[in-house]
Amino acid sequence: MAYFRSHVLVSVDPKCIEKGAFELMGALQDELVKQGLVDEVEVLETSRIGDPETSAPDLIVYPEGVHYANLTIEDIPFLVEEQFIKGRVAAQYAREIKEISDEELTVAQAKEMRIVLENIGTVIPLNVEEYIAHDGYMALGKVLTEMTPEETIQEVLASGLRGRGGAGFPTGLKWRFLRNAEGEPKYMICNADEGDPGAFANRRVLEGYPHSVVEGMIIGAYATGASQGYVYCRAEYPVAVKTIRTAIEQAKDLGLLGENILGTDFSFDLEVRMGAGAFVCGEETALMASIEGLRGEPKPRPPFPAQKGLWGKPSNINNVETFSIIPQIILKGSEWFAGIGYKKSTGTKTFSMAGDVKNTGLIEVPFGITLREIIYDVGGGIKDDKKFKAVQTGGPMGGCLPESLLDLPMDYEALDQAGSILGSGGLVVMDEDTCMVDIARFFMEFTQEESCGKCTPCRIGTRRLLEILTRICEGKGKPEDIPTLRYLCEQINENSLCGLGKGAPNPVKSTLEHFLDEYEAHIYEKRCPAKVCKALIRFEIIDGLCTGCTLCARNCPVDAISGERRQLHVIDPDICIKCGICEQLCPYDAIEIK
Amino acid sequence: MLKTLEKIPAQDPLNDPEQKAIIDRILLENKGLPGATMVVLNSLQEAIGHISPPMQVYVAEQLGEPVSRIHGVVSFYSFFTTTPRGKHTIKFCMGTACYVSGIEQVIEKAKQILEIEPGQTTEDGLITLELCRCVGACSQAPVIVVDEEVEGRVKPNRFPKTIQDIKTKEE
Repeated sequence: MAYFRSHVLVSVDPKCIEKGAFELMGALQDELVKQGLVDEVEVLETSRIGDPETSAPDLIVYPEGVHYANLTIEDIPFLVEEQFIKGRVAAQYAREIKEISDEELTVAQAKEMRIVLENIGTVIPLNVEEYIAHDGYMALGKVLTEMTPEETIQEVLASGLRGRGGAGFPTGLKWRFLRNAEGEPKYMICNADEGDPGAFANRRVLEGYPHSVVEGMIIGAYATGASQGYVYCRAEYPVAVKTIRTAIEQAKDLGLLGENILGTDFSFDLEVRMGAGAFVCGEETALMASIEGLRGEPKPRPPFPAQKGLWGKPSNINNVETFSIIPQIILKGSEWFAGIGYKKSTGTKTFSMAGDVKNTGLIEVPFGITLREIIYDVGGGIKDDKKFKAVQTGGPMGGCLPESLLDLPMDYEALDQAGSILGSGGLVVMDEDTCMVDIARFFMEFTQEESCGKCTPCRIGTRRLLEILTRICEGKGKPEDIPTLRYLCEQINENSLCGLGKGAPNPVKSTLEHFLDEYEAHIYEKRCPAKVCKALIRFEIIDGLCTGCTLCARNCPVDAISGERRQLHVIDPDICIKCGICEQLCPYDAIEIK
Repeated sequence: MLKTLEKIPAQDPLNDPEQKAIIDRILLENKGLPGATMVVLNSLQEAIGHISPPMQVYVAEQLGEPVSRIHGVVSFYSFFTTTPRGKHTIKFCMGTACYVSGIEQVIEKAKQILEIEPGQTTEDGLITLELCRCVGACSQAPVIVVDEEVEGRVKPNRFPKTIQDIKTKEE
């Protein structure tokens, strides 16, 4: 590898591209050629450096770490002369970096432990040499030259690794089923259809460390005897699709994919297939139907994918995160991995923390940590110092857990017992201003729309649940609604065909269990305690606080607010649609919800 | 649903030689690929912007599939649309975090400014509003997606600027 005395990282954030990052890079290259510095200074692409709004296009020079912002092509000759010939900072362009603004992935907080996320954000995702420099593809070399497929499965089994997509089935066992299955060819599939609202860990792994997924899949294929692989990625993630596609091409060019991998007689090919916006395709049988080019409808099991999967052939599906952990387990050993975690849940888990919590973003913690530690120590507590109300884990099939369950040690079993699921690691924190009936309604709207319609309990059951919940939110709830909701939840859960239907009642069931008082307030008192449900609230402007600044009147989408400048304003309740914009905007807190 | 290719409306992409060439290239590239339907439809949606009923019949003929199966797939997945969209699309993320952070108020504002509902296109054909599933940018909630670009921490009163930016770009 060539040695460079300086590295220039040019931000190719979309905003920077728009403002000419590539032109800037070209000019920089030209100038370096002109000055005879091409062998001394390397120019690389990187993600965003500063705030693109104020500093695009920008670049950073290492080892000095100087940040140059708002550059134009005309600035380049002077910059090169000062920085690389005279060796001093071109002060007029240099900026202090206020923060490396990666809102999704900040530095690890106390109590975090990063295995999956360790190198994300620090390595250039599509520089395969850099991946290799971080021991990338070393695990592949190890299994191909030192381990038999059976030994590889044994190692994964011994690590205790369980599916990170949510169901938590032991990965090694899944692989063994495929290895022992009869029929050719065998397929190895990566589920990158991260459809849970509130989860984005898989996207970040695909975009930030794609080769770890590719390597994990090749190792899995070797262990199970699969000859063809597919990464099924949702269409909502265009950047992830592009990144993983390029990573696969790079691996092919290096002989890490294709015929006779690393000179052995093992061959495996990999392709990316895109979804098209159907949540149910995250379910493995629906996912396979979608790859086949059909409607993404699930099939009853058995037969399991290991016997009859994609195109009727033995198949295995694992999640993005599961695959990306595999190389590390092979390199560091199953004992190391099994030593982390809690009870039957070994290792770490990424969570996508969002909602009303101070530090939102991706985190990775060992199993066994409590929800309280996650929210308060890692997440920094509730935003604006409001009161915690609930945390929803595992996406729309998960439950909402109250304060009293925050001290549960997190693992697959504990969450299951608490009436929620680990799912793909979505974690949405809700504060006191959230109405739990409205949240249950929101999730039911989602599942009702995403129900594929194949089986009756899910298709019609979720619709009935939604109708009842909508009625309660509109202040038209009846006392018998609560037992009806409970009955429906039970029926849908027991009789649905796939995980979507079985999990669909969880948000309703858990809110009924932990927040029954809110349901009762809606039904009996026609009152929304969190002041969210539009039919049960009204907005009023408080005399004395209103200064007549007209801000609310100017922003009201339906012109329901009237009043002269410097005079008290009034909201017409007949026109008001209760959107809440006025309340959010009012600088004097003069708008009250009643 | 259209069953045969007898009367193709004049403005259909199949009647535009340039777009027809793109459609044929996509079909040719993927013919014989296992599971070609999804790959072809995804490419068509991206290249043409929608998959009109005549296009569905054409795809069925070319791939040797029944029209019902192609239509079944097109109608199943929310990414496939059968009518032309505006030149620019603004999608509102309906994920949990965005919902909790007030995406609904942003939608209200958009409806007020553009005088269209989500799913509709402005009269000048410039902007289409859409609701979409979680785009996975939850730490920046509430989020909208303008064409391909994600805009985070959107506020209702700053939404007019987004529209203005689109219009400026057009001029």
